[in-house]
Amino acid sequence: MSDDSARPSETEAPESATAAVIDAARRSDLGLILGTLLAVYLVAALLTFTDGLNSVVGLMRTLTFLGLVYALAALALNLQWGYAGLFNIGVAGFMALGVYTMGIVVRSPDPAFGPPGFGLPLPVGILAGMLVAAVVGLLAALPALRLKADYLAIVTLGISEIIRLFLQSSAFDTYLRDTLGVGTGGGSGMGMPRNPVRELFLVDGQANTPTALGDFAFGTFGESGLGISNTILIDWAYIAVLAGVVIAFFVLLERLGRSPFGRTLKAIREDELVADSLGKNVDLIKIKVFVIGCALMGLAGILWFGSQGNVSPTPQFMPVLTFYVFIAVIIGGSGSNAGAVLGGIVFATVLFEGPRRVGASLRDVIDAETPPSFADAVATLDPTAFLAFATDNIAPLQFVFLGLILVFIMHRRPDGILGDRIETAAAVDLSERPSGGETDE
Amino acid sequence: MSSDIPDASDVAEAADSADAITDEPEANDSAVEEAAKHVPSGAPPLRVEGLVKRFGGVTAVDGASFEVEEGSLTGLIGPNGAGKSTTFNCITGVHEPAAGSVYFKGEDVTGLEPFRMARKGLVRTFQIARELEEMTVLENLMLAPKGQIGESAIRAVTPGLRGEVVEQEEAIRERAWETLDFFEIDHLATEHAGNLSGGQRKLLEMARALMTDPEVVLLDEPLAGVNPTLEEKLLDRIHQLRGDGYTFLLVEHDMDVIMNNCEHVIVMHQGSVLAEGTGDEIRNNEQVIEAYLGEDI
Repeated sequence: MSDDSARPSETEAPESATAAVIDAARRSDLGLILGTLLAVYLVAALLTFTDGLNSVVGLMRTLTFLGLVYALAALALNLQWGYAGLFNIGVAGFMALGVYTMGIVVRSPDPAFGPPGFGLPLPVGILAGMLVAAVVGLLAALPALRLKADYLAIVTLGISEIIRLFLQSSAFDTYLRDTLGVGTGGGSGMGMPRNPVRELFLVDGQANTPTALGDFAFGTFGESGLGISNTILIDWAYIAVLAGVVIAFFVLLERLGRSPFGRTLKAIREDELVADSLGKNVDLIKIKVFVIGCALMGLAGILWFGSQGNVSPTPQFMPVLTFYVFIAVIIGGSGSNAGAVLGGIVFATVLFEGPRRVGASLRDVIDAETPPSFADAVATLDPTAFLAFATDNIAPLQFVFLGLILVFIMHRRPDGILGDRIETAAAVDLSERPSGGETDE
Repeated sequence: MSSDIPDASDVAEAADSADAITDEPEANDSAVEEAAKHVPSGAPPLRVEGLVKRFGGVTAVDGASFEVEEGSLTGLIGPNGAGKSTTFNCITGVHEPAAGSVYFKGEDVTGLEPFRMARKGLVRTFQIARELEEMTVLENLMLAPKGQIGESAIRAVTPGLRGEVVEQEEAIRERAWETLDFFEIDHLATEHAGNLSGGQRKLLEMARALMTDPEVVLLDEPLAGVNPTLEEKLLDRIHQLRGDGYTFLLVEHDMDVIMNNCEHVIVMHQGSVLAEGTGDEIRNNEQVIEAYLGEDI
């Protein structure tokens, strides 16, 4: 996956086998990402092993799912911001557009089951979701990209909120029902179409009618086998699909980055006037990359929220979601696709979900009553009571941790974990002069 | 030495040899352009007529008219604020002139965007070198060539089509290395452009401009902040390239450089052309002396 691994190592032999493995993992993107996941799994297993295998696998499922969906969104944002420098803070809005369009296109036209839709097949819905996100991205880009970067940021933030408030509005819902015969469900949102992955295991998605594959899977790993719940097993199957999409995204964006197109994007990020003066149609390229990025965000929204049973505009698509995706790109290293994937996984597991899980597990082992207030917790002068208070109120503390870790990473590695690497912007190797060329004079 | 000078035919050749069967329109295009470059077409490569540009109440360029001859090294001088850089910006499309026209090989190109001018074959460098700092020197150079098929996003990612992109990239890489050799900065190829010294940046900028395969090169103070040895080297390269058929328009502050190197000198003063002629004619022109002595030199 990385060209770096093919390059002969010029460093001296590592001191131990462990060091050699770590060294190899560091030099390969895939190794680094898998190593991070493995470390996360290890901690997850340590936190939950007392509750049995089901809990361990269940926590791993949650962490992997979040890591992958953040990786998807981060990859899309990295294309716009990391490569081309387009400051899009409307990520949440474009994801909402994708998943809502998919829902409306696929949902049954019968109003008895909630907001009616067009009743078309799922693939049509997914394509429509990406298309609508792309078209809205185009409409936003046309006026905004002619302005400086800051204006694009303001416009996209505005669009993201406009989208959310439209979806929230019951007036818009009524209007859609009167004109197109479809609805958004307003503030209460809409149910998502059945996940086809679930139907691989269960006939019509009904819990009591497993398919042949379902029978086999549930029998081997499920309640009658290893004791893992059927829901978690089906979720893992979906995660496998998700992982496939992340890999496909990654390959697509790597190819895009390692090409003359990617080179032009980098040039635009660095200095638009130079790219313009060298014959590059800067406006057109910016619009292109913005539209591609928005379509990918739409797809990320579909795969993320479309699998959650129900979507509602608030709080799922609040602007904070956009900033989470930005944090993922920043800690991974903007401009690096591997960094975006790694950043997505690290953010979702270590920064976002980690503190809560660790806090809850810690609370279980602390043998003390929770003081009623912060003042009381401090006044007891008892560290155990203080810890009990802290772990019971981990949700607000989570953001303190988030901030601290972010400051730490930015201080130690200002360019993100993989941001200081040279990402070649060419379809050929540039690391050394190809043999057969003319020799120096 | 002249065989080292990179030009479009190198890419065309490389592309042809890499893929002799496929008819590659981009490569053929540049080959055609290359052939056309050496044929005097009658119309001068660059002609400016009555150019006017105002910034608020200030008229920076006030009816400037001049011509640049094919294959010449023309100097443009003038005291500070004479409108040299603004004229450059109007020619290259960075500014849109309030009045007047710019003709490129007889064709009216007034107000065309910079990228269209570059595609037609008129490229410029900047007074303060504008490197793409986080890109390597080689990437800086490889960015420039025209007609890169891999600039299409679909071509860049589609499995069947990417092969052609890679072939063209190999040709472009080879040409970039030759250009680096020519400017003697090949040892910096994998360095980030942001790590280069001021003089090296000037060399890189000129090398990058040449990679667009231009006919006319506008150099905005290419020698500012460059030490005498490097200055010698840069001028040497410019003369060599001119011998190969490139046309240069050079803005400089340093009178001596202009007088000693340019066969045709245009003097601008207060937004319009004050005098034109050979170095000697300009040296003895009363108006020019007055303009220069009356102002800060």
